[in-house]
Amino acid sequence: MIVYLLTFILFVMGLYCLVAKKNVVKKVIGIVIMDYAVNLLLILVGYRRGGVAPILLKGMDRAKFTTQSVDPLPQALVLTSIVIGLGVLALMVALCIRLYEKYKTFDMSEIRRLRG
Amino acid sequence: MQGMTIIVKTVVRIVTSFIVLYGIYIVLYGHLTPGGGFPGGVIVAAAYILIMLAYGKEVALRSFGDKSASLLDNLGAFGFLAIALLGLTGGYFFLNFINHGQPFRLVSAGTLPLSNIAIGVKVSACLYAVFIALAIFGRAVYRAMEEPGKEER
Amino acid sequence: MHSLLPLFIAIPLGAAFLGLIIAKLWRGVGGLFAFLSTLSLMVFSFLLLGSSPSIYKMGGWIPPVGINLVSDGLSTLMLVVINTVAFLAIVFSIKYMELYTAKPKYYALFMLMMAGMNGVALTGDMFNLFVFLEIASIASYALVAFGCEHEELEASFKYLILGGVASTLVLLGIAILYSTTGTLNMADIAQSLSTHGANKASLFALALLVMGFGVKGALVPFHAWLPDAHPSAPAPISAMLSGVLIKVLGIYALTRVIFHVFGFTPTLGAILMGLGGLSMVVGALLAIGQDDLKRLLAYSTISQVGYIILGLGLGTPLGIIGGLFHLLNHATFKSLLFMSSGAIEYSTGTRRLSQMGGLNKRLPVTTAGSTVGFLSVSGIPPFNGFFSKLIIIVACVAAHQYIYAGIAAFVGLFTLLYFLRVQRNLLFGDLPESLQGIKEVPFLMCFSLVVLAVLCLGLSFLYPLMSKTLLASARDALLNTSAYIKLVLGG
Repeated sequence: MIVYLLTFILFVMGLYCLVAKKNVVKKVIGIVIMDYAVNLLLILVGYRRGGVAPILLKGMDRAKFTTQSVDPLPQALVLTSIVIGLGVLALMVALCIRLYEKYKTFDMSEIRRLRG
Repeated sequence: MQGMTIIVKTVVRIVTSFIVLYGIYIVLYGHLTPGGGFPGGVIVAAAYILIMLAYGKEVALRSFGDKSASLLDNLGAFGFLAIALLGLTGGYFFLNFINHGQPFRLVSAGTLPLSNIAIGVKVSACLYAVFIALAIFGRAVYRAMEEPGKEER
Repeated sequence: MHSLLPLFIAIPLGAAFLGLIIAKLWRGVGGLFAFLSTLSLMVFSFLLLGSSPSIYKMGGWIPPVGINLVSDGLSTLMLVVINTVAFLAIVFSIKYMELYTAKPKYYALFMLMMAGMNGVALTGDMFNLFVFLEIASIASYALVAFGCEHEELEASFKYLILGGVASTLVLLGIAILYSTTGTLNMADIAQSLSTHGANKASLFALALLVMGFGVKGALVPFHAWLPDAHPSAPAPISAMLSGVLIKVLGIYALTRVIFHVFGFTPTLGAILMGLGGLSMVVGALLAIGQDDLKRLLAYSTISQVGYIILGLGLGTPLGIIGGLFHLLNHATFKSLLFMSSGAIEYSTGTRRLSQMGGLNKRLPVTTAGSTVGFLSVSGIPPFNGFFSKLIIIVACVAAHQYIYAGIAAFVGLFTLLYFLRVQRNLLFGDLPESLQGIKEVPFLMCFSLVVLAVLCLGLSFLYPLMSKTLLASARDALLNTSAYIKLVLGG
């Protein structure tokens, strides 16, 4: 139970970083922390105490393997989610650089031409 | 940007081929052991990026430029889609239409190794292209940092 | 017919990647590929109409083990809306995008967004829903920033931050749902939840999903990104975002999850109606003072989306019909309005209402198109907006929700007010000196405007037919959860 609580604390820390910091790069870091907290939770969902990696190698007993291995599905999901996170991260960093080029600042409170 | 010192250049020259080889191994054995197209592709991309950091942008771009990176990127993605579409010959999208072969052999599991290779090509080229793009954009930021006071707002 | 289903995802993806490859040799290929693929997808989506619900097993794997695509009445309705509006937007962008550079990249991103939206509409798997949602979202973040000017970048960054948080919440909800039910297939989750009953964890997951899809669909407490993002995009993309994207990623995903995975309850209905009523009022109030034409349209989108959610939240057959019909109508008239605002910007070079006037003398087709759009959105008979709003109000009264009926009628009046103001400032009055030399937009742009304007009028006359076929099958698909479960798990 305590590990789930820790991932939630990590998630909330990311959210705090996103909301409280003004620097756009720090906001990006906050989003990435939130993303990784969710990935960690997904991995924990499939975890089994004393389990083995879900890879069948030559010479392993299949019946014993299915009772021992951890759930492989969340691991596949996490890999997909990491790839998506990478794409979003690249886009966010590119946008930060472009924003700096235009506004000459990373401070979000000064980047506000749109209002109303 | 003329690259780093001679020590770094020498080490990079020795190490790079091994990194690429390891990446290719991870891609090719993706259907048997941990790994696959994405991790292997990331490792190969790391090798390119290492060359770029050690030798400078010009040297790296001369041997493997952004145009060819983005071409390989699209080719990899299209290859993956083509493998999925070829499954329609057997009746289903993404059908594993090649003979599955013996388990635990390198040539087995039907279309999976082919898909892994396509993903590996795509990911390595894509990450390298992203790095190039960010490096070129980053130049503009350095220029902007050097001349403060010119507020556009 | 079920063999067509994977093509809805494969064709746009192929057009995107192949277009980028060939664009190195010939730059015009992106537009051609986009045109051909959206045309073929539109034809395919019309072929799907009237076919019985079907399921496509990816790679031949049987659900719930494998990934599957499901086409029922609701998916078919969404596919028709997506692909028709996308085709008209592509026809419009062939000329309009000459204002911008990097056209091959534009078409590739557009096609990726299409693939994502078609995937969301078709998928029967929670995690695939997330993946397609992200494909469509990432493409739309990049498209909003396409102009690379101050406002575009700022809007795209805001959209990206809020959209990223929303995606994270959706993923968290899916993770919790997986941990409680042990499956990702929507029908399987629904079966498991209906036999074991919803526990606290699954309710928490539902709350997360409602928040996540609420941000994507710009329901009012979560709407902050929309008035920045939608006006900043190029006009055809604004039409796609407002007309289709928020409906597919927000409303469709929300209704699919609520009606088919968790099962509709009166409490959920009350939450949806509350969100809808709030969106209607706040969107309409904020739209009044706007000087930027596209920003005003964006606020009006928030308000009109509220109507759809209100109709769906009623949960009665008539309310759902009204909500879905308003969804269809809003897709037509809001794309029409955004495209005509793009046409006005193309010929005058400004979006400020205070700098325009008297455009009816110089731009007859655009004026006619936008007038039809204005009349339709403000609910003047015989245009389609009137009928769907009427149905929603009648459904509210029939369900004894008199307060919501009053709000809906009041907001309709308000909409008429602010669009009358736009109409007067924009189209009539004196033409300013600076705009004396403007010309009508090219033929291809006019074509999209005329087709959408005809649709605005035609849909209201087609309603008696559609209420029996297209909308009725979508309504039945929504209300009959057990049939959905049986379709996926039994076939």
